[in-house]
Amino acid sequence: MSTVAAGDHHDHPESPYSIKRWLFTTNHKDIGTLYLWFSFIMFLIGGVMALVIRTELFQPGLQFVDPQFFNSMTTMHAIMMIFGVVMPAFTGLANWLIPMMIGAPDMALPRMNNWSFWILPFAFAMMLSTLFMDGGGPAGGWTLYPPLTLQTGDALPFVILSMHFMGLSSIMGAINVVATVLNMRAPGMTLMKMPLFVWTWLITAYLLIAVMPVLAGGITMLLTDKYFGTSFFNAAGGGDPVMFQHIFWFFGHPEVYILILPSFGVVSSIIPTFARKPLFGYASMVYATGAIAFLSFIVWAHHMFTVGMPLAGELFFMFATMLIAVPTGVKVFNWIATMWRGSMTFETPMLFALGFIVMFSIGGFSGLMLALAPVDFQYHDTYFVVAHFHYVLVPGSIFAIIAAVYYWLPKWCGNMYSEGLGKTHFWLSTIFVNLTFFPMHFVGLAGMPRRIPDYALQFSDYNMMATIGAFGFGLSQLLFLVLVIKAIRSGNKATSQVWEDAEGLEWTLPSPAPYHSFSTPPAIK
Amino acid sequence: MSDKTSKTTRGATKLALAAVFMFSFGYLLVPLYDVFCDLTGLRFTDEEAVALSPQELEEDTSRLVTIQFDVSMNQGMSWHVKPEMQVMEVHPGRVYTTFYSASNRTVGEMVGQAVPSVAPIAANKYLVKTECFCFDNQTIAAGETVNMPLSFMLNPRLPPNVNLVTLSYTFFDITKNASAENQLDSVLAYK
Ligand code: HEM
Ligand SMILES: [Cu+2]
Repeated sequence: MSTVAAGDHHDHPESPYSIKRWLFTTNHKDIGTLYLWFSFIMFLIGGVMALVIRTELFQPGLQFVDPQFFNSMTTMHAIMMIFGVVMPAFTGLANWLIPMMIGAPDMALPRMNNWSFWILPFAFAMMLSTLFMDGGGPAGGWTLYPPLTLQTGDALPFVILSMHFMGLSSIMGAINVVATVLNMRAPGMTLMKMPLFVWTWLITAYLLIAVMPVLAGGITMLLTDKYFGTSFFNAAGGGDPVMFQHIFWFFGHPEVYILILPSFGVVSSIIPTFARKPLFGYASMVYATGAIAFLSFIVWAHHMFTVGMPLAGELFFMFATMLIAVPTGVKVFNWIATMWRGSMTFETPMLFALGFIVMFSIGGFSGLMLALAPVDFQYHDTYFVVAHFHYVLVPGSIFAIIAAVYYWLPKWCGNMYSEGLGKTHFWLSTIFVNLTFFPMHFVGLAGMPRRIPDYALQFSDYNMMATIGAFGFGLSQLLFLVLVIKAIRSGNKATSQVWEDAEGLEWTLPSPAPYHSFSTPPAIK
Repeated sequence: MSDKTSKTTRGATKLALAAVFMFSFGYLLVPLYDVFCDLTGLRFTDEEAVALSPQELEEDTSRLVTIQFDVSMNQGMSWHVKPEMQVMEVHPGRVYTTFYSASNRTVGEMVGQAVPSVAPIAANKYLVKTECFCFDNQTIAAGETVNMPLSFMLNPRLPPNVNLVTLSYTFFDITKNASAENQLDSVLAYK
C-alpha cells in the first residue's frame, strides 16, 4: 500500500495482495480501508435494489417484479443502506482518521477492531441469502413492524440473526472509538481541542452503545413471539403491536442521528479549510452536538403520531421534535458564519460539503413539516416522508461521506485525485439526486403512499422523473469508483498538508500516511 | 503503558456492561410503558373503568348515544362471529346486555380470544364493560355455535361531543398456545 516513513521501526505491512494481511490485520488504516470498500460494495448492491424499485415505479401498473419481491426490495434496500453503507462508512472514516487526529499510534482495541469488521461480511451474506429462501426475503419494511413482519417465511430468523451481528459489530466499533478517544489522546490534546469529527464520533459512539442493544431486544422479542409463544406484540396473548413501535423508535430516532452526526464532523472539518478561516463557534458546535444527541432520546414517537396516542403525547413529541431544529440551526449558522468573508475556493470536497449544507437543510425543513402532529396525519406513510429522509440521508450523510473521501484521499494514498472528474461527479450527483427526490415531495403531498408497487395515474410524470434521476445518480457513482481507483494507482503526488490551509494533526504526517501513525506522541501547540 | 492498557480494558468493560444493560432496558421498556401510562393516567385498564362505580351514577335519560358493534377475524382465524345487534341507542348510566354469536365450522375444537377496541379514543374510558367474553378466552367445540354475552354501560360523564361510539372486537385463534398451556398444566399436575 505505501512506504513506511523513514526511521519507523515497526513491521512493514505485508503485500496488499496477501489475503492474510487483510484477514488478520489489526492496523487501523487497513481496517478503515476494509470498512470503506465494504461500504462501497454494499452501496452498489443496495443501489441495484433501489433501481429495481424505481424501474417498477417508472410507470403506473405492475410490470417488472411481483409485489412481494418489490416489498422485499424496499425492505432490503433500507437495511443495506443504513447498516451496510452509512454506518460502516462512518466507522471506516473513524478508523482511518481518529488516531491520526488525536495523535495516537492506533485504535485502543485493535483485535476487537478486526472482529468488528469481519463480522459484517458474514452478516450481510446471511441477510442477502434470505432472498433465495422459501417465502422470499423480509418484505415488511425495514422497521420490522409486527404482525406483518411475523408473516415473513423462513427468512425471519436469519434476518434477525444477521441484524444482531450488525448491531454487535457497531457496538464493538463504538466501544473502540470511545476507548480510543478517552485514553489515546496525545499529551496536550484536551477534549476541547479535539477536531469536531472526533467529537461528533465520540457522541455517536455513546448513542450506538445506548440504542443498538434496544433494537437487539426488540427483534429478539419478535423472534420469541414467532417461535417460542411469547406475546410481547401479540394482542391475543395480552401484548400490543404498538409496543414494538415504541421500542423500535426508541432505537430508531437516535439511529437517524447516528447516521448524521459524523457528517456534521466531516463538514465542520472541510468548510474551514476551503474558507481559510477557523471554524466559527467551536464550543457551540460541541454543545449543539450534545444537545441533539440528548434530544434524540425524547422524540421517538414522532414516527407514531397516527397510532392513536393521547393528545398529551402528540403535543409533547411534537414540541420536543421541533426543539431539535434549534441546535441543528446553530450548526448550519456556524458553517455559514465560517464561510462569511472567507477566501473560498471550490475544490470537490468543498462542493460536496456545500451541497450537504443546502440539501440537508431542505431535508431538515421537510422534517419540521412532518413534526407537526396534525399535518403528519396527512403526510405519514406517503412519499413525502420518503423525500424527507432521502434528503437528509443521500445529499446529507452520503454526500458527507463522499466529501470526506475526496478530502482525505490524498492523505490516504499519497496521490491527488483528478479535480475535473471530481467536479463532474459532484454536478452529476447533485442534479440527479434532486431530480430523483424532489418530485417525491409533490407526489407525497398529493397522497401517493410509500412501499406500494403501483400508483394512481396522476403521479406518473413525477415518478418517471424520479426514475430517470435514480439511474443517473446510480451511474454517476461509477465515475467515483473510477476516480478513486485512478487516484490510488497514479496522480500528482500530494504534499503533507495536501490543502493550502488544512489544519489538524493528520496533515502533519507525510502523504501517504505511514502505516503506523504517531509512534511517539506529537507536540500539541 | 501497561497502566494505560488496563485503563482501556476497564473502560471497554464498562461500556460493554452498559450495552448489556441497555439490552435489558429494551425488555424493561415493556413494563415501563405500562407503569408510565398508569402514573400519568394516559391509559386506563378495564378494571379501572369498572371502578368508576356504576351505582353512583344516575341514568341520563335525556341523552341518547349510538353505539355500533363491530367484529373482525385476525389472520388465520376461521370462526364466524356476528353481533346480535349492529347498532343500539343507549342512555348513559344504564347497563345494557347484548351478545355476539360465534360458530366454529371447523372439525376441531378451537380456542379464541377477543380483543376489544373503542373508537373514538376519547370514548375509551367511558365505555364500561361489566361482563364480557373478552375477559377470558373462549372454547368452541367443532361445529358448535355459542352466544357470548356482553354487558356494558356508558359512563354519563362521556364528553358531550361524542354521540357515536364504536366497539370493535378482533378474534385471535389461540388454540395452539392454549393447548401448549394445557399440556404444561397437566405436566405440572402430574408432578
Ligand atoms: C430537523 C430535524 C428532523 C426532524 C424535525 C425530523 C422529523 C421527522 C418526522 C416527524 C418523521 C416521521 C414522519 C412520518 O413517518 O410520518 C421523520 C421520518 C424520518 N426521518 Fe427525520 N427528522 C429530522 C432529521 C432527520 C435526520 C437528520 C435523519 C437521518 C439522517 C432523518 C431520517 C428520517 C428517517 C429515515 C425517517 C423515516 C423512517 C421510516 O418511517 O422509515 N431525519 N423525520
Ligand atoms: Cu425521528
